[in-house]
Amino acid sequence: MKEIVIISGKGGTGKSSICCALAHLWKDRAVIADCDVDAADMHLILHPQSSESKDFFSGIKATIEAETCSSCGLCASVCRFDAISPQKGKYLVNQLDCEGCAYCYRICPTGAISIPEQKVGQYHISQSRLGCTLIHAQLNIGAENSGKLVSKVKSVARHQAKQEHKDFLLVDGSPGIGCPVIASLSGAHFVILVTEASKSGFSDLKRVWELVKRFNIPGACIVNKADINPVICREINEYLLKEKILALSEIPYSEDFPAAISMGRTLMEQNESTWRPIFEKMGNAIKEIM
Amino acid sequence: MRIAIASGKGGTGKTTLAVNLALFAAETEPVLLMDLDVEEPNGSIFVEGVLQSETAVYREVPRWDQSACTLCGKCSAWCAYNALLKLGDTILVMPNLCHSCHACSELCPAEALPMKQESLGKLSYLECGNLRFVESKLDIGLEQASPLIAESLKYADKMFSDIGFQIIDSPPGTACAMLSAVKTADFVVLISEPTPFGLHDLNLAVETIRQLSIPFGVVVNRDGIGNDDIYKYLEQEGIVLLAGIPNQRRIAEIYSQGGLLYKAIPEIRTSLDKVLRYAKGIR
Repeated sequence: MKEIVIISGKGGTGKSSICCALAHLWKDRAVIADCDVDAADMHLILHPQSSESKDFFSGIKATIEAETCSSCGLCASVCRFDAISPQKGKYLVNQLDCEGCAYCYRICPTGAISIPEQKVGQYHISQSRLGCTLIHAQLNIGAENSGKLVSKVKSVARHQAKQEHKDFLLVDGSPGIGCPVIASLSGAHFVILVTEASKSGFSDLKRVWELVKRFNIPGACIVNKADINPVICREINEYLLKEKILALSEIPYSEDFPAAISMGRTLMEQNESTWRPIFEKMGNAIKEIM
Repeated sequence: MRIAIASGKGGTGKTTLAVNLALFAAETEPVLLMDLDVEEPNGSIFVEGVLQSETAVYREVPRWDQSACTLCGKCSAWCAYNALLKLGDTILVMPNLCHSCHACSELCPAEALPMKQESLGKLSYLECGNLRFVESKLDIGLEQASPLIAESLKYADKMFSDIGFQIIDSPPGTACAMLSAVKTADFVVLISEPTPFGLHDLNLAVETIRQLSIPFGVVVNRDGIGNDDIYKYLEQEGIVLLAGIPNQRRIAEIYSQGGLLYKAIPEIRTSLDKVLRYAKGIR
């Protein structure tokens, strides 16, 4: 079983639409994992028919029991996150600012502080309408540990793909280069970078590729909206050549992307004659490398 | 007043709105623009400024002092992030997991974990007429964006407290990084697009900003694609629609070259003016 991660650096380059199209192409051969856990959208296209949901706990947050608190203020003085402040003579923890280090809990002289484990999200093992299994998740608002939830989604999806004897685990990553992206990349066999022919898209591609290189994972690139700026598109292709990234496909600017999303369809369902050949060609190129 | 431009979904036009709004406003008054999308900052593609200074940003992480350590193991038992590990007669420090809470360093009975500085990223400060522009860029390979965002805001408070109008370009999403970037704002502009993806992620962003109790409004980008559901949602929820940006291939082309929309398309000026007027009315 090979693990393919789709990332983009920049948001809004068409990553999820492309991932859904590949999921459609490989619906009998792959398990799908949506690892963009703070803006998970694949379920809006792959419509789960049935789901098994589980709570995800990770990390702690401090709370102060008012009756036991002697208002000495030691907790507030050591908190590096400015999460504790006096309110009407008693100390209170701002739950959104608390990073769960437990320093206050360890030094409170009256034992007024507790550190309950936090439910930071949910993950779901779903049967998608295409037939393939979709593992997706939702991180709670403002939650930390998105990287840990990504790792959980990936480990559940890996297990599922092996159990179902699938050839591929297809992972939709998140934008950026931080913890959820790093967690998405860990253990991957192949990376598909989705960019667009704009200065911003190119700049973000370069930063995310610098990150991928540290993991020593081979990569291919899809340039979306390639005809928007032919000059940048050429520069991107020169960069791909220099960095030994496979130039997988160039996709022209197309209103089919938002139209398909609005209809809850994959690109293939939106316009079979245009998109099936494009994605079949991509699929074959990926299989060849694998 | 400080305005943050944010969105749940990536690629909905945060940077486009932030740079156009900042340069448009700077035609009449001093403005500070901060690019706090530290993982992938792009503001400098659009702002043709003169570089004034570059500042390295650090945070503090523990360093193991082997000669002082008694190997009691308390640090590794106490660290909530598993950033310290006692392996045989060695204490391993993993800076990528550390949140710089200082607990290990200050509670170590042998004072064997002094804090040392570690690079987080770089702040570039540019000037462009009335505009002061600060771009904050995270070192590649670092996991946590929030500490750099927090340090960048401290820098702005120290250096630019005299600038009355400040705009922040936030990271996408609704997790800790987005929260760090918007929490000091007086007003948040959420930008989205009229598709089910855009609406789904806007809904999450709205819930996040509501938890922070910051007034906010919505700009709909790529108006004309998708469907009307986003407008129905805004009406149902009583959320103000600040302005729309039409879906035009020409806009995508100008953006792709790093160009400014309000200079080429008059109706964008009207939209920016609406956003500014509303935000300033809040104060």
